[in-house]
This record gives sequence, structure tokens and C-alpha cells, in this order.
Amino acid sequence: MTPAYDAIVIGGGHNGLTAAAYLGKAGLRTLVLEAAEGFGGAAVTREFAPGVRVSAVAHLLHGLHPRIVADLQLERHGLTYAARGIATAALLPGAQRLDIGGDAASTRASLNQFSARDADAYPKVMARLIRQASALGVMLARTPPRPDLAANDWQGKIGLGLLALHMRRLGRKDMLELTRILAMNSADLANDYFESDALKGLLAFESVFGLFLGPRSPSTVYNLLYRLAGFSRHGLGSLHLPAGGMGSVTAALAAACRAFKVKLRSNASVARILMVGDCARGVILENGEEIGASIVLSSADPAHSLLTLVGPEHLDTNFAQRMRHLRMNGCSAKIHLALDGLPESWRSGPARMIVAPSSDYVERAYDDAKYGRVSAAPALEIVIPTLHDDSLAPAGSHVVSIMAQFSPYKLRGTSPDQARQQILDRTLAVLAAHAPDLPKRIRATEVLTPHDLESQFRLTGGQWHHGEITLDQVFLLRPAGGYQQYRSPVPGLWFCGAGAHPGGHVTGLPGANAAREALRHRTDWSRP
Amino acid sequence: MTHLQHMQPFLRKTPFHDRLAALCHANDWIRWMGFMAPNRFDSVQLEYFAIRNGATLFDISPLIKYRIQGREAARFVDHLVTRDVTKVKPMQVFYTAWCDDDGRMVEEGTLFRLAENDFILNAALHQYAWLKETAYGFDVAIDEVTDDFCGLALQGPMSRHVLQALGVQGIEALPHFGLLETAVDGRWMRIDRAGYTGDLGYEVWVNPQDALWLWDTLLRVGEPYKIAPMGSAALNIARIEAGFILVDVDYLAANYAVRPTQRESPYECGIGWTVNLKKDAYFVGKRALRREKEQGLSRHVLIGLEIEGRKPAAGSFIYAQQRGKKEIGLTTSAIWSPTLKKNIAYARVPSAYAKPGTQMWIEIWYPKEMKIERSMVRCWATNRMFYDPPRKKS
Repeated sequence: MTPAYDAIVIGGGHNGLTAAAYLGKAGLRTLVLEAAEGFGGAAVTREFAPGVRVSAVAHLLHGLHPRIVADLQLERHGLTYAARGIATAALLPGAQRLDIGGDAASTRASLNQFSARDADAYPKVMARLIRQASALGVMLARTPPRPDLAANDWQGKIGLGLLALHMRRLGRKDMLELTRILAMNSADLANDYFESDALKGLLAFESVFGLFLGPRSPSTVYNLLYRLAGFSRHGLGSLHLPAGGMGSVTAALAAACRAFKVKLRSNASVARILMVGDCARGVILENGEEIGASIVLSSADPAHSLLTLVGPEHLDTNFAQRMRHLRMNGCSAKIHLALDGLPESWRSGPARMIVAPSSDYVERAYDDAKYGRVSAAPALEIVIPTLHDDSLAPAGSHVVSIMAQFSPYKLRGTSPDQARQQILDRTLAVLAAHAPDLPKRIRATEVLTPHDLESQFRLTGGQWHHGEITLDQVFLLRPAGGYQQYRSPVPGLWFCGAGAHPGGHVTGLPGANAAREALRHRTDWSRP
Repeated sequence: MTHLQHMQPFLRKTPFHDRLAALCHANDWIRWMGFMAPNRFDSVQLEYFAIRNGATLFDISPLIKYRIQGREAARFVDHLVTRDVTKVKPMQVFYTAWCDDDGRMVEEGTLFRLAENDFILNAALHQYAWLKETAYGFDVAIDEVTDDFCGLALQGPMSRHVLQALGVQGIEALPHFGLLETAVDGRWMRIDRAGYTGDLGYEVWVNPQDALWLWDTLLRVGEPYKIAPMGSAALNIARIEAGFILVDVDYLAANYAVRPTQRESPYECGIGWTVNLKKDAYFVGKRALRREKEQGLSRHVLIGLEIEGRKPAAGSFIYAQQRGKKEIGLTTSAIWSPTLKKNIAYARVPSAYAKPGTQMWIEIWYPKEMKIERSMVRCWATNRMFYDPPRKKS
């Protein structure tokens, strides 16, 4: 019996939609199943107060791969930006500010207030880090090779060759420096390069973003490089605000899917993957409906895909153990504020502000989280999309979208409800120090703790990346050694979500890479 | 005195120990999973011939036993082992392998199915961690019950008569790999018809407090049947004749292998017949074993060898030709078979050499008058089950 579909994609987030669009483009009869009412996953715009909308989880775009934008003609399908190249301001005690990322001269001038040496070093350091990130970045849109060189086909060998070539092209100094810093902690990196607390704090924050680690934890430099790759030619090059919020990215992907005749079904929650013999041959929905397909691509996290949707009875012992032990600690809360007008000091922008005045500040925020507490003084990324996009709120009103770190998933002696109140109170207290007129302007708030992200967006553990971006969980080891080429151990089931290489952020790359691998192996889809 | 703790005696004694020690005239003991176990009581030859001609008692209490119970016990065991558990009825024993992710043997052993969802797994090595890991997601309870009961292997052509003399009801009807529970003199007893000798034989399990009673009673009622205690040296001869493999001798348990390549699959160990790729349930290692089977990835197979001469040939290299330069295989277990009057061994050879009758050459080094001598003699592939008397199953 021929199944109704060639491919079913579980999950209609950015990666699921990207995978589906590529499969549809290749002529496969493809169905996307999304549990929620609408598509978009963690890249959605939704209303949180009457007439006020916000990017619910991810709120800035930097890593969307240019090749995906071109291949799927996302701009023709409605992707536009309200602003490109958003600058960043670090908010510091005593109403001081460090402005980064505008033009070079103003960045230099701003840095000069704190350290002439840092003002000198900053552009060189960042250029070098981005060069290094870009060299590693050649693997982002490629399938990770097998560790045994001989076991790779020609494409795998080309990938390894390219990586080697780009490492060489970094030059001896940069390559050596890259090997030195790759597994290092970012606090030490900041000490190596800079002297002002303001700049070190900013670097510390950027490198623990989305990680359940402090700046003194190993592997945080890797996370920084992974993010910076998006600031090279492997991403958009800078921080962008999509017009209409992040939902417009996934709306464009969904439009691309429809153009390629991909069938999209929302309100269709997958309960199980349909196993025929020992192969995945479709899905069973919560309502009991069975849908057959030649292959299933899951953009849910690997642990959920395998342990819940497939079930441990179809898995090998050590592999199931690996899936259970994937580190997926949610650590960030999302806070949304609807304001009747912006505080005075924020009106001139920029649209992105960071509160992380020193490495120690971020480390102490993590110390609390490490022991199961909400940070007493959280580090914050504050984005004001309405500075550039008036479609999100009525005229005169503004939206503030805040990523607050740390609000741990694993709480000790605190209930998730208490944690939700604590992270809001403590975030507002931090903000009030910088913008005293903020509290009286707040008309509505929304807080999404890792528990809320899990229940509302199906992010296991409230972890956006479907597995933390640390050296032991990336590249050859994502989601597990031996399964880095998007093929799961269950024949017919493929990984196409952020839990697969290269990982999280709105890049579309796991989806695109998975689709390419699945298409490349059409003749042996069900090989174990 | 912490530095001297390792000098404290720590080997455990089985509930039969007092009787074993009294009869262990050779005072020849081995260490078996933390227990003292007799290697021989007096004469290995006499103990061996008692297996083949009379009846023997062998203390199997040190076997590690796990009770697997719960709503999904049958599903779990079917996921754990390579054989199809749905085909095993309650009160049956079955022999099976269980494998790791790569289809390499974690161990092999017997399982008792006491009821639909009630099993006892007999293992030579500790398996609790592996069982618990594998049980993730299954509604089962796994407990080690090694000390809950103790047992004697009663093996030999006269063993059924001994149990009849003991007064076990229905022992005549107990089939090979059958299991029964009964009471004698008001004492609980579980008897399975299996063993490690390849002969007619049983294993008798009782509560620990009944151990000495069981020993004394069996020796008393078995006296007319030439019952004798037996140590592991004699058992080793019998098990090699019977074709049974032994962990750490004929293969390395997967979780104990230092190098991954040292792990062996059931196909390579010559017990591929325990692997049921067609069973409905997925079992640990099934995908890897299917790949091995379909793509012919087995590196070798454990076969029986009949060897010219009488020199014991454990750990000997095997060559295709007499002047062979490159060894094709290696023997593991090897003995002179007293019953068959043959020099026999198990050997790992490529499957091309596994066909019974295939002639190969074996290089045997042996001590002779304070010198080490070498002989290169012929050997032939054969069925590993060298000795298989009809009474085993009748």
C-alpha cells in the first residue's frame, strides 16, 4: 500500500517548515503537522494584551541562512525587516551607557569613556572572532561528517576539506588562537582581550545567552562563536527585526511551503510515531487518526521524538540513556511589557539594550540559578521592537520584549508560579534602576518562564535550543555520536529540529540540512 | 586499620558450605562471583564420570538471579533478550542471549518464566545496572534475589531416579526446559530441567534454611545411584563436550570489554540460533544484528574442533595450511573428552571454515620434560555440541 504522503514533518516551527519547504520543492508529497493553533513554533508573533503583539519567544533574527532565504524566496513570500543592523546599548549603573554596533566612530567614542585600550581593541577583537566563527561556520549548512574519514562519501570529505581549508586560511595566528579559545570560558576570554567591566559584562552576557552556564563555565566561548557565525556571511550579518515580529519569518516559510504544495495542518498534535515492524511509517494523532508516510521528520527535540513519540521499547539501551541525559536546562524567562509610551531615556534607542554590567554580575546571576533559584539580579536583553515597527501596538503604545537570565527550569524550594512572580519583580526592579519612569507606564505584562515555554511551545525543559549548545552536544555529537547525519536510529525517522546540527536560533539550517540528507538518501530511506 | 581491610576474608560462603568444605578433600577452591566454590572435591576424573554415569551435585547458589515482575515484565524481557519471549509459556525455562546497542553480547543465560509477567534471570555476571537502564519506560520491578534461595544442579543419567526417590511428584513428566514448583517434607522446592552438562539433569532450588537438609537428603536417597558431589573442574569438561559457551572464556561480556572490537555478537559466538530477527518486538541490538546478518558482517564464528592427537589445545592458533603463515583463528576452550576419547576444542574461525569437516591445521605448544615442544597437527570443523545423548531430552 502506498502511504498517503512521502514525508510527514512533525512540528510547524521554523525548522519543520524549512524542511517541509525543501521537501515540497523537491516534489515530495509532504504534510506538516503542528500541535498548536498556528504555525511558527518558537518564532511567532502573538497578542499578549489587547491590541498589543510581540515575538513570543525568539525576538531578534540574525542567523537565518542567506541560502535558505534565497532558495525558498522568503522575501517574495513576505519576509521584510522593520530594521536591520540593530545596535546595542549596555545599560550601566549611574545612568551610564555603552553604545555598541552603531557606526565605528560612535562605538569607539562610547568605549573611550571606559577604556581607551578597549576602544582600540574592540573592532579588532570582534573582527577576529567573526573571522574565526565564519571559518567554523562553513559547517553550519553542511552535514557533519563521520569521525572516521574513510567512512565519508565524497560530500562528507568535501565538507571536512572545506573546514580544513578555512582553518588554514585563517592564518597561523588566528587558527592557533581559535584552538586556544574554543573550549574556554568567556570570562577568561574577556580578561584576555579587554579591561573595562562594561565591555567584559557585555561579552559575558552574549556568550551565556540561552545557556545554563555562567561566563566562567567552559564551552561558553563556543556558544559565543556559534552566535557570531550568524554575524558573518553564514547569517544575516547583524541583528534584524522582522516586520510584524518573528511570526513573519515563519509566515513566509509557511507561504513557501504552500507554494510548493506542502500540506499544512495545525491543531494536529502527534501522539505517537506509527511503527510498522521496526520502522517509522507515519504518525498517530492525539485524536487517534493514523497518517501514513514513507518517512517521518521530527522537528521536536530528539528526546521527545524518541522517548515519547517512538517509545523506549524501540530503542537500544545506551542510546535511550543518551537521549535521557541530553542537557536541556531551560534558563531564560521571557517578559513582555505593554507600555503607554517609553521611558525618557529609552526613546532615542537603540532597540536592543543589555543589562550585564560586569562578568561577575552575570556569574552571580548564574550562581543563583545553579542552586535552583531565580537570579536575585537577572541579566537582561531588552528589545523594543516598536521603535521600528508600529504594526505591533496601537499608536503611542510600546512593547518591550525582555529575555531574562537566569530563571532556571530546575527549581529548588520555589514553585514555578513563585518563580514567575520573582523573575518579573526582580526584572522590573533592575529596570527601574535604569528607567525610573518605567513602572508607571506599564499597562500589561506577560511572563513566560521555562515551564511556560515548555507547556505553551513544547520546548522540553524550556530549552530553546532543544539541547544546550555546548561542545559535548554539537557537531559530531548532536544529538548523539553516530546520529549526526539527521538519520535517527529508528529507520524512517529523521531529525530536522534544533536538536540536530547545527543547533538552535532561528536559522532554518537543521531543517534545510535534514531535508537535503533525506532527499539524498531516497533509495534507502529505511536503512537502519 | 583501614590499610589492612583488604586483608580481611571477604569471600562469602553458600548455604551448602559446611557440607562442601567437609568433603572438599583436595581443598581446591575457586572464587565465583564473591563466593567460595569447590574446583574439585577429590578427583576430577571420578567427578566427571559421575556426571556421565551416575548423578552429581553441584552448588549453583552463586549464580546471580534477578526477579523481573510487573505489568510489563513480559514486554520488557522481550525487549531485553534476543529470543521471542511470546513463544515461552509460563513454567518454562529458556536459554537466550542479551545484547548491547551494537548487537554485542552483554551475556547469555537462562530465564525462568514463572508466570505471564514473572521471570527469573540467571546471570553469571552482575547485570543490575544494565537491566535498570534497559527497563526505562517499562512498568517492571527488578530485584536481585541471589540470596533468596539456593540451589544444587543434580545432573547425570540417574538424576531422575534420585528425584523420584526424594519423592518429587510429577518429575517423570517434566520436559526438557520444564519448570515445576512443589514441596517435599513441607519444604518449598523449585525444579527446572536444565543444566550445564549436556546430560539428563535438573536444578533444584530451595529456601536457604533448607540447604543442608536438601544436600543430606539427596546424598542419602541418591546413594544407590552413585550420587557424588562435583566441582567446577569436572563441570568444565562436561560443558565443553555439551557445546555450552562460558563468559570470559569463550567470549568477553560486552560491558566488560576494554576495547569495543573485543565484544562479540551471538552470531560470532555460535549461538546465532538464539537471535530471532522476525519477532514482533524490538530488542536491544536488533537493528545491529539484522545489519550483521544481512550484510554478512560477522568477523568469525565459534565452532567445534576435533584435533589430532591428545595434546590439549587451549589458546592455539589455527592455520589454513600446514605451513600456514597467517593464523585464521584461535581456540578458546579445549579439553580431552573422556567420554568421546577425542581431543576437542572451540575455535573462532572465519565462517568460510565453519562447515563441518573442513580441515585446518593447529599449532599446539605443550610442556614435555622441562621443555616446551610444538606440534602442528590437523583439525576439523565440527558441530560444537560434541556430546548430545538422547536422554538429555527424553
